[in-house]
Amino acid sequence: MSAPGVAIETRGLDLFYGDFQALTRVELQVPEREVTALIGPSGCGKSTLLRVFNRMNDLIEGARVGGTVLVGGEDIYAPGADLLRLRERVGMVFQRPNPFPLSVYENIAFGLSVHRLAPRREHDMIVEQALRDVLLWDDLKDRLQRSALALSLEQQQRLCIARVLPLKPRVLLMDEPCSALDPIATLHIEELMRQLKRDYTIVIVTHNMQQAARASDRTGFMYLGKLVEFGETARIFTHPRQELTENYIRGRFG
Amino acid sequence: MNPARLRKLKEWLIERAILLSGVFSVVFVVLIFLFLLREGLSLFRGESVLDFLFGKSWYPISEPPRFGILPLILGSLLVTLGAAAISVPIGLAAALFIAEIAPGRLKEGLKAGIELLAAIPSVVIGFIGMITLGPFIKKLFAVPTGLTALTGSVTLAFMAMPTIVSIAEDAITAVPRQYREAAIAMGATKWQTTWRIVARAARPGMVAAVMLGIGRVIGETMAVMMVTGNAAVIPSGMLQPVRTLTATIAAEMGESVQGGSHYAALFAIGIVLFVITFLINGVADLYLHRSRK
Repeated sequence: MSAPGVAIETRGLDLFYGDFQALTRVELQVPEREVTALIGPSGCGKSTLLRVFNRMNDLIEGARVGGTVLVGGEDIYAPGADLLRLRERVGMVFQRPNPFPLSVYENIAFGLSVHRLAPRREHDMIVEQALRDVLLWDDLKDRLQRSALALSLEQQQRLCIARVLPLKPRVLLMDEPCSALDPIATLHIEELMRQLKRDYTIVIVTHNMQQAARASDRTGFMYLGKLVEFGETARIFTHPRQELTENYIRGRFG
Repeated sequence: MNPARLRKLKEWLIERAILLSGVFSVVFVVLIFLFLLREGLSLFRGESVLDFLFGKSWYPISEPPRFGILPLILGSLLVTLGAAAISVPIGLAAALFIAEIAPGRLKEGLKAGIELLAAIPSVVIGFIGMITLGPFIKKLFAVPTGLTALTGSVTLAFMAMPTIVSIAEDAITAVPRQYREAAIAMGATKWQTTWRIVARAARPGMVAAVMLGIGRVIGETMAVMMVTGNAAVIPSGMLQPVRTLTATIAAEMGESVQGGSHYAALFAIGIVLFVITFLINGVADLYLHRSRK
């Protein structure tokens, strides 16, 4: 069990790709209903850590995990853990917008039918609500049957966020969700994150330090597979305790 | 001549040579079609097009000759539909298995096997069909001859399969990884991901694969001539001998008199075949282009 108010907790988390150790003894507590940012240079393990939380690393051959990871107090690496249920509770948004090559409507209804969450007659309503939550409804209400691939990149990324909401996840994982977007669209997505955190716990990986500073409540700095420092975003960016963290946020390496 | 101008000349020559080969390949097709038209259309001086297409009897050497190709069209149709009914489900399922499920070694082995199947000459497949499948079907259904539409369908299914499997497999493999990742990350099972996302995304390519497979079946001659029994009558079922358009041309071209009406009728059959395959390939092309967009 985790302490109250903790959505994700790792204890002594190690992760290996074959012989390569990608994560080393990561101890982390992600608070509920906040935005937690993971920053660090390329290859530091921040995306790997994110993919531990919904076990997407399982798809990579030779990946092994040690230690304990609790999501909502449950050990997700326990033998017999239900992967499909885990991924229902922990949604993911990817670096490049990747809507399915289906209609806008089908993209959002996909999760509902996969998990048999609601009878078909309620789908219209749920699809509308999901699109409203990501502020796409007014733009797309007349284009629900059109291909999602015809949307702008920003709309596609919003749709990818909307697509996981009907599953009512507790956690949203975002893997550099703005790196394919222009600065204006980036600000829009950040604004959306601020709204979504009222209902969801959000963990975002970003290589953009300004984004972490603007949009997150807590920040973890990672380097060479270790979580070097973790704390309130304002504190990390103004009074980092570790020299490494300070060097990174001052732009001395990266 | 200085080196710069020499290089320019070389570029010019190469460009023209490539242009010429491109033009030639189109010109040849056009010439073939014109030749078909010239030889075939003379039939319709004495015969109406409708009588030709929908006439029920094909007696090219009786007096007067009858050139109705409806039995041949139905023969081709029956054999082709039968072959499609067998090869399409199996072929598409095999493509999904190879692309999505089979682990590395097995996948390579299966792909090599499919290519090998494509490399078997059609006369060899026809021969095997004739001496193994024919007697088997004769015994199984207790029919007077084993050389039937069904025998042709099964034999041709083997020939359509490599085309369907390899093109569909390419289309499935070309589906971007991100779609699969997104579906898996939403808690979809492997099967839900494969069926509802990957197969949907690859659908245009899979349709094209089916069309090209069917195109191959319609145009196939040798194997089908060996196993279908070659009776030019309107078929009433899969267990009867039939004769296809292609087999008719191959079997009778040698005994027709050049310039005669029989000769012209065979060329007219050629026109019909040309139009059919042209349409099928056109549809396949349409879908292939749509899948690339």
